[in-house]
Amino acid sequence: MNYNVNEKGYYGVFGGAYIPEMLYPNVEELRQNYLKVMAEPDFQKEFQQLLRDYVGRPSPLYFAKRLSEKYNTKIYLKREDLNHTGAHKINNTVGQILMAKRLGKSRIIAETGAGQHGVATATVCALMGMECIVYMGEIDIARQAPNVARMKMLGATVIPALSGSRTLKDATNEAIRDWINNPVNTHYIIGSAIGPHPYPDMVTRFQSIISEEIKWQLKEHEGRENPDYVVACIGGGSNAAGTYYHFLHEESVKIIAVEAAGLGVDSGESAATSILGKEGIIHGCKTLLMQTNDGQITEPYSISAGLDYPGVGPMHAHLCKTGRAEFMSATDDEAMKSGLELSKLEGIIPAIESSHALAIFEKKKFKEDDIVVVSLSGRGDKDLDTYINYFKL
Amino acid sequence: MNRINQKLEESKRLLSIYFTAGYPNLNDTVTIIQNLEKSGVDMIEIGLPFSDPLADGPTIQASSTKALQNGMTSEVLFGQLKNIRETVKIPLIIMGYFNPILQFGVEEFCKKCSEIGIDGLIIPDLPVDVYNDQYKATFEKYGLVNVFLITPQTSDERIRFIDSISNGFIYMVSSASVTGSQSGFGEEQTNYFKRIEKMSLDNPQIIGFGISDNTSFTQATEYAKGAIIGSAFIKHVTSFGINDVDKFVSKILKA
Ligand SMILES: Cc1ncc(COP(=O)(O)O)c(C=O)c1O
Repeated sequence: MNYNVNEKGYYGVFGGAYIPEMLYPNVEELRQNYLKVMAEPDFQKEFQQLLRDYVGRPSPLYFAKRLSEKYNTKIYLKREDLNHTGAHKINNTVGQILMAKRLGKSRIIAETGAGQHGVATATVCALMGMECIVYMGEIDIARQAPNVARMKMLGATVIPALSGSRTLKDATNEAIRDWINNPVNTHYIIGSAIGPHPYPDMVTRFQSIISEEIKWQLKEHEGRENPDYVVACIGGGSNAAGTYYHFLHEESVKIIAVEAAGLGVDSGESAATSILGKEGIIHGCKTLLMQTNDGQITEPYSISAGLDYPGVGPMHAHLCKTGRAEFMSATDDEAMKSGLELSKLEGIIPAIESSHALAIFEKKKFKEDDIVVVSLSGRGDKDLDTYINYFKL
Repeated sequence: MNRINQKLEESKRLLSIYFTAGYPNLNDTVTIIQNLEKSGVDMIEIGLPFSDPLADGPTIQASSTKALQNGMTSEVLFGQLKNIRETVKIPLIIMGYFNPILQFGVEEFCKKCSEIGIDGLIIPDLPVDVYNDQYKATFEKYGLVNVFLITPQTSDERIRFIDSISNGFIYMVSSASVTGSQSGFGEEQTNYFKRIEKMSLDNPQIIGFGISDNTSFTQATEYAKGAIIGSAFIKHVTSFGINDVDKFVSKILKA
């Protein structure tokens, strides 16, 4: 079984580029060039150097001793939370801004939900002196004021998405419309492993540095490259794609994907796409998608803004359908509890997205000598208000 | 022969009007179609509303949101149109995004269209190659014309390919934009219109996006077989309701 994208842009039946003709030249230009550009030695040199000197990579692979004791198994945390701007998102934006430069683009657009990807995009635009426009749902702008301020300080223009439900999905629609209106000078930096081909594959490759490092770091710790499990939370699926990438074809490594169950999978307020979704088309790709019987896209819910997406990247839809990955979910309450637990046991306050991945230890029993690597995709600074309100701190 | 192909053989410039089904009220669909035909429109695009219309500007987005709130679905639309051919003769096209059609079942959707007397489909986010590989045979089985878009950025080679798999007309998007973004055409657009005219394609072209009045309609139809108006018509309906559509149409067509 092949879990990578094929030459037509599909992962099994998922993926493709279901885009209006107006976007065809942009997406086609990217498709024809992305692998070539990424293979150029001077691209790689600049990318690797920025990842090291600017992002702060490699991020540590940390053996979480007290957490491991509590759950009687060996838990390693991949510390993406220690990256510049506080999450894995920057790996992708550094890669894509270099891509945009090579393609001769001068104007950058992006969508953002919680603001993490918006901040990561505004950051690299400041670094490269490029114009940056970030679309953000009007409701999210109100919910995530500190990140809006960060983007502004970094010189970005934040435009409220006023259509539809005024959250992440609508911000993505607005970014796509902007790209239709500005087909020549603009590059769209998508923030997750979603969108029309080649985006899911390109984003996955930029994030694959996560599993590349896990391999040699685990070798240093344990004398072997492959853990028994890799675990990550899934919104659109970029930190997960990066965490799984180099293990996809290592049969001994089991893959666990954790979705946000919100108030509960059956509550009507959830973002557990693999359970609630059906095959459909969102933002230019065929994937699993939360929708009505009539094919209208529905609004998901999660306490974590970064997991609040009605679809899932096409690679993950394929991993789910083929059974290569085990899909689990964590509710708001379970995630919040795990976030607090990590803070108390290890002195690490995680992003609420990442807390979802940690919540599986309450739900699944691992063997004492299992090595479980969890992607700690981001830090909790941005979520302090939510933690304060939830725990009445 | 399909009504669209018959219409395209007439010697006149064609006016096609887009409206969103279920807007302003759920059950306005048939009245709007009948009124448009009476007022002299040549062809109608019935918009099947979608929650996330990527290629549309604020006017059509807002009408789609309202239509969905009103309860419009594929099923409801087909129910409303069931007897439309008892009163309406001009070509009818359904314009909608691919996901609702996929959920209905592409074959089932095409079958319904053909039973009712829908003549063609415009599905902006169904890519040309996917249509060609997977759905062309089904569309043809049910006698449906599928209409593709081209834009100023579409290469000549791709336009030729699109022409080769089209069986009605080509929808020429006037500029790099979503619907309703601009009005009137500058030199850049007329150069593009001329370039396409010179290509002498097999399928006639109808120009859409950014046409809102007699001036832009006349400009567009200098170079193409016809023109499509969407956002401007929806704005008219929003302001004046559905019984005054002849006022809108006669202003566009005024000699
Ligand atoms: C810290 C963190 N983790 C995870 C995610 C979810 O995104 P993805 O599934 O693309 O990794 C986000 C999104 O904002 C995030 O900020």
